[in-house]
Amino acid sequence: MDSNQKVPNQPKFLRSILDVLLNENLWRTILVQVMAVLLALLIGAIILLISGANPIEAYAALFRGAFGSPTAIGRTLEKATPLIFSGLAVAFAFKAGMFNIGAQGQLLFGAITAAFLGFALHGLPPFIHMPLALIGGALAGGAYAIIPGALKAYRGVHEVITTIMLNYIAINVTDYLANGPWKDTSPGNVVARTPVIDPAAAIGKLGPVPIGFIIAILAAFVVWWLLGKTTTGFEIRMVGLNPSAARYAGIKVARTLILTMVISGILAGLGGAVETLGVVGRYQPGFNVGLGFDGITVAMLGKTHPFGVIPAAILVGAMKAGSSEMQFASGVAKEITDVIQALILFFVAADVIMRSLLRMGKAGGEEVKLSTGWGKQ
Amino acid sequence: MQKSMTTYSPWNRFFNRNRGILIGGLAVFVIVLFFYIWIPMETVAVLNATVRISTPLVLGALCGLMGERAAVINIGIEGQMLMSAFIAFLFNVWTGNLPLSILAGVLTGALLGLLLAFMAVTLKIDQIIGGTVINILAVGLTGYFYSTGLTAKGGLGPIIIPVLSDIPLIGPVLFKNPPITYAAIILVFVIHYVLFYTRWGLRTRAVGEHPRAADTVGINVYKMRYVNVILGGSLAGLAGAFLTLEAIGSFERLMTNGRGFIALACMIFGRWTPLGSWGAALFFALFTALATQISFMFGETVNIPHQVWGILPYLFTILVLAGVGKRVRSPAADGVPYTKE
Repeated sequence: MDSNQKVPNQPKFLRSILDVLLNENLWRTILVQVMAVLLALLIGAIILLISGANPIEAYAALFRGAFGSPTAIGRTLEKATPLIFSGLAVAFAFKAGMFNIGAQGQLLFGAITAAFLGFALHGLPPFIHMPLALIGGALAGGAYAIIPGALKAYRGVHEVITTIMLNYIAINVTDYLANGPWKDTSPGNVVARTPVIDPAAAIGKLGPVPIGFIIAILAAFVVWWLLGKTTTGFEIRMVGLNPSAARYAGIKVARTLILTMVISGILAGLGGAVETLGVVGRYQPGFNVGLGFDGITVAMLGKTHPFGVIPAAILVGAMKAGSSEMQFASGVAKEITDVIQALILFFVAADVIMRSLLRMGKAGGEEVKLSTGWGKQ
Repeated sequence: MQKSMTTYSPWNRFFNRNRGILIGGLAVFVIVLFFYIWIPMETVAVLNATVRISTPLVLGALCGLMGERAAVINIGIEGQMLMSAFIAFLFNVWTGNLPLSILAGVLTGALLGLLLAFMAVTLKIDQIIGGTVINILAVGLTGYFYSTGLTAKGGLGPIIIPVLSDIPLIGPVLFKNPPITYAAIILVFVIHYVLFYTRWGLRTRAVGEHPRAADTVGINVYKMRYVNVILGGSLAGLAGAFLTLEAIGSFERLMTNGRGFIALACMIFGRWTPLGSWGAALFFALFTALATQISFMFGETVNIPHQVWGILPYLFTILVLAGVGKRVRSPAADGVPYTKE
């Protein structure tokens, strides 16, 4: 696209990085997000106080469990990995003006498909088996996302309702598979779960850093490139900003909506596949609960920017990684982190409050609206 | 002829306008009667279950349509129900006073309605995100404060209406229900009346269709939206109280199980009208009840995994929405925040 903008003797890559870093708007946005997190933690502390717990002790344990040792940091990154994927999935659909609450269902299909390809095939070399299982999971997630995409594009059915329904269907189907045809039949097993995947399909670690995390970072780069540097990405963003104008400009809106949903589903499916191949090692119902929903918080906290999603996912991942330590050390139930997440989402969305507190003007940049009426596109 | 004059009488107009519904209703009645004569026990059981399953759905749909008629999309119905169910349950555990527990549930729903209205009307947050905040908040708060081992002190039992309940078929289905079920049916008609035959309803619809015009003639857009969303929230609260006090009798984590969203689908299927939403909720509930009954009757002979029955209601909702598709029209200003000039 930018082939005519050649500036000699100045690496374009470095210049654009510098441009981004010196952008005042970026730092303001970061400040607003950090304040949102702090306010959410503050209100969380008040709730802890009301319920008779010691918030300082609880938060200290939370922090220790998330960043206290190399193992803890590794665990945080491990928890952040599927969240990067689901956050990217939600953020990507958001760019086309769609709210993919169905990341959860797509993630489940990605997870179980990866598990199936992992345990059913044997004897393949790792450099074929692992990518095969990963791609299989991604495609399963993408295929499942065709349904809400097509219903939105051709029948005008709002994706929020269809994806939520599809989540429940995904839970039932994966439950059935893990309890029926794909059940672990090894002696002594009574629970619903698939057999363990072949070691050749497993995703390992580099020191404390899970390789899945590195794949997630790569995915974020791909999404950034796709959205910002390609025609498809331009069309997606245009449909999100103004579908009527996009249609008038000759963009095939229906096709773009479906494509967006499929890519979003692929990202969610990858999240499930990486979780299966890198962490759990099999599919077990109940192990992936909430990963898709957390993607909503992550995407909003990251301002739906592919690179914003990464620190947001690490933050939410840290809360997940540290919550066990918190429950163990201070007796505070894990669910408080859900409350904190809802509060973060609230303060991030209500940046009017934050900006008036920090005495800033209105947020600049592109604004995508999700809440179009149900019957419209 | 004298006869042709009566074409313009209100009754004739009513029949002409609602011909489809009347024919459909008659067909349903004939089918039900057939089954009642064939297998009376099972028919009554299915219809009872239909009424029971439809209650939270119709209350949730009424909550949704009150908000949307005033142009506030509420996808937080699920969270409002869950939170209210929990609070109603807690009050039942602490006090054992059922009316007080219902009131607590209703007030909780209203409070979350207030939160949604604050986000949607005052802060002008994207309403879909505002509703999601409520949903996640409800999951977190109920999960955090719930501890196993709490036992409820009794639940709401059926109130048998004398004479009417002795009518065969209709009596046991409609006149032997617990209080919130009656309340839901009455509320359908109350809200239908309020929405279409009162000044308040006219103003609400004006605010939902063309807020600027409504504002110009002196209607307080913000107030209308706040009050409608709060009242709607209290209906979702009643639905929550129904779940813990009437239907199940105790609280479980995530017990609403998507009912808030199915209620939204009922609202859309019912074209944003109380009567239509009720019909949609009954239709959906009948389908669920039939699935349960069939799996109960033939579960021994035909081996169908229970997940298939679990999928059916959701699959059905999707199919219905896909079928209704673009033929529905939401209130014109739905989801758009209003800024006074």
